[in-house]
Amino acid sequence: MTITQFVLVATALFSLGLYGVITRRNAVLVLASVELMLAAVNLNMVSFDTYLQDQLHAGQMMSLFIIALAAAEVGIGIAIILMIYRNLHTADVDELNRMKG
Amino acid sequence: MNLLATIIPQIILATEEGGHAEEAAHAIVPGITSGALVEWAWLIPVVPLVAAFLIVFFGRKSPFKGWLMAELSIGFVAVYGTVLFVLNATQGIVYEGQVEIARIGELTLEWGWMVDGLSIMMYFLVGVVGLLVFTYAKSYMHGDIRFTWFFASFSLFAGGMLVLVASPNMIQLIVGWELVGVASYLLIGHYWEDLTNVDAANTAFMVNKVADAGLFLGVIIMAVSVGSFRFNDVIDVVVHGEEGALSQYAFWAGLLIFIGAMGKSAQFPLHIWLPDAMAGPTPVSALMHAATMVTAGVYLLGRLFPFYIDPSGLFGGDVRNIIIVIGGITLFLMGFLAVVQDDLKKVLAYSTVSQLGYMVAAMGAGAYTAGLFHLFTHAFFKALLFLAAGSIIHAVHSNNMVDMGGLRKKMPITFWTFVMGTLALVGIFPFAGFFSKDEILASIRYAGESGQEVANLILFLGIAGAFLTAFYMMRLVALTFFGTYKGHAKPHESPKMMVYPMIGLAFFALTAGWVNIPGVYTGFTTWVATREPLTGMGDHHSESFDWTLVAITSAVVATSLVIAWLLYGKDADTQSERDRFRIPGLWPLFQNLYYIPSFYMRAIVRPIMGPMANAVLWFDMHVIDAVVNGVGAGSVVFARVVRATDEDVVDTVYNATAAATGASGSVLRKAVSGRVQQYAAFSFIGVLVIVVLFIVF
Repeated sequence: MTITQFVLVATALFSLGLYGVITRRNAVLVLASVELMLAAVNLNMVSFDTYLQDQLHAGQMMSLFIIALAAAEVGIGIAIILMIYRNLHTADVDELNRMKG
Repeated sequence: MNLLATIIPQIILATEEGGHAEEAAHAIVPGITSGALVEWAWLIPVVPLVAAFLIVFFGRKSPFKGWLMAELSIGFVAVYGTVLFVLNATQGIVYEGQVEIARIGELTLEWGWMVDGLSIMMYFLVGVVGLLVFTYAKSYMHGDIRFTWFFASFSLFAGGMLVLVASPNMIQLIVGWELVGVASYLLIGHYWEDLTNVDAANTAFMVNKVADAGLFLGVIIMAVSVGSFRFNDVIDVVVHGEEGALSQYAFWAGLLIFIGAMGKSAQFPLHIWLPDAMAGPTPVSALMHAATMVTAGVYLLGRLFPFYIDPSGLFGGDVRNIIIVIGGITLFLMGFLAVVQDDLKKVLAYSTVSQLGYMVAAMGAGAYTAGLFHLFTHAFFKALLFLAAGSIIHAVHSNNMVDMGGLRKKMPITFWTFVMGTLALVGIFPFAGFFSKDEILASIRYAGESGQEVANLILFLGIAGAFLTAFYMMRLVALTFFGTYKGHAKPHESPKMMVYPMIGLAFFALTAGWVNIPGVYTGFTTWVATREPLTGMGDHHSESFDWTLVAITSAVVATSLVIAWLLYGKDADTQSERDRFRIPGLWPLFQNLYYIPSFYMRAIVRPIMGPMANAVLWFDMHVIDAVVNGVGAGSVVFARVVRATDEDVVDTVYNATAAATGASGSVLRKAVSGRVQQYAAFSFIGVLVIVVLFIVF
């Protein structure tokens, strides 16, 4: 298995995530797509860590941090979306345009 | 502050200066030459001056609106002066303190304080008379709108006089001289709402300035030719009879300094300011005519007495004839003017000028002790007469004797104290004036016998002056206290604060003469001695009275009193209207004050004032107005420039900034759509651009 294969998989994952973030209208799915992007980053981290044979395993450590961060982010994100839904009875990001200048 | 620590080591004792040591030992009064008492005597002039400034700044809120501060400061001087006076009388004090202030080339400026017989007598006089007058003034000035300011000026007045009499050098003397001058200006013009009072203050100031010019020139000549401003250095030269610059210019130096003394001591023809000075409040007159200001000239002659007595014949001996003539003319001519005045205070004012004439004549006759003795006694009884006059004015609300009469019963204490002052002034045994005036006449006679021919003439003027004194004082007493009351206010005895000082001064009016009775007790002779045992031509200290002279003067005075009583006392009610017929011919001359004021007005004031006023007007119209208008026009132009800059430049910049900000805002707001996914796409594109740039470059 070469590094190229890992990078290709990660690129595919990141692209899928980006597509989801930009196109999905449901806020929960947008959040899920963000998780895909984070997973792609994690895959890159671990792959390059092994490929470069880092003695300190900085890539693996970084991926652990990102997983913890992603968990926290999802927790807060879901809570926010829930509150928005309760107040506005919708989770459609196209309708949530109150920050329009 | 180590001020005191720096002052005290620099004190130079007169007795410690090499050559003086032996002479001081031979002085009439050995005794106290050092010690804390004399070393701290510099406080005497300083305390009232400090009080004056404190009253100006804090007087209104201090107890009794500043009066208490003034009273305490003059009380300090009175106590210190009395202690020194008593010690000097019993042990003798000769001391001179000096502090160097600055050295300019070879010239040394010093601040000093004399503590010798002459200065101590003046400390005592200013302190004691001042204390009584200040006490009196509290009641007299009660309710005055400038009460606090009055006591500030009054303290300055006393402090200036003390600076003057404390000074061992001529520079400090001039400082004190001018302080007294400016304080008198403030006090005479105290009621400045009235134009005549302002004129009186101006007259006093101007006449004194004329005399001061003489004093300055005299001091410059004397100091330059001796090489020192110190009186003691001048007197050293005189005592040793050294020929040199001083002996060369002695006549002019002596004459010019005497002109200065003439101004302050109101001698003919510079006397005109003193009667005008009556415009001030009565306590001012009392202090000015007794212990302060007018005594300065006589004091200065006393301070430079060895120069004028001139034992070696090289110095100011010639000036003495001028001095005695001026004194004689003054005492004689001014006596007549006192006879015709209807204003109570003006009678006393001309009387003061006349008595100062006696003192100056005594100095001119070389009678140091006699002149100062009369100064001493006169200070008490003239202060008393003024305070009593003030008491009357306070009660009657008028200065004019026409509004008085019959006050004997209504104001008994004022009456009796006034009578005591009158008896002292007229010279009735055993009141103070008897001894002092008699000593002056005896001294003038002695001077005439010892070769000063002009003194014989002055002796006649002196006796005639005694006649006039008795006459105008009897007229004054008769018109004021006898007959029936003609005024409108309801007179009553003055409050205690005014009466007690009068009683105190009446005590001195009776007893002050007993310190110098020929043949009985002549302590005063040594009390006022300074350092040189000089006896002048008239200063001969006779063993007993000059009985012929006593008999003549007493007879003259008694005759005068009787004549005046017959003329004015018997039917006092209508007398002032009938004065006109009493002295035919001479009346207009006296009434117009010998035409001296109008002569000054026509010959000096108007010729100078008219062209000067025109010149000033022209200057005002053409120079000052032009400058003012120019400044105004310039301001308008400048304002226009400023306005144009503001409107055209500054405003444009601000408006442009605001417009640009608004325009850019309205463009940029289109990008803020509120669509989160659009933002995400933009940021991804941005990152992509950055990455591409990274890779390419």
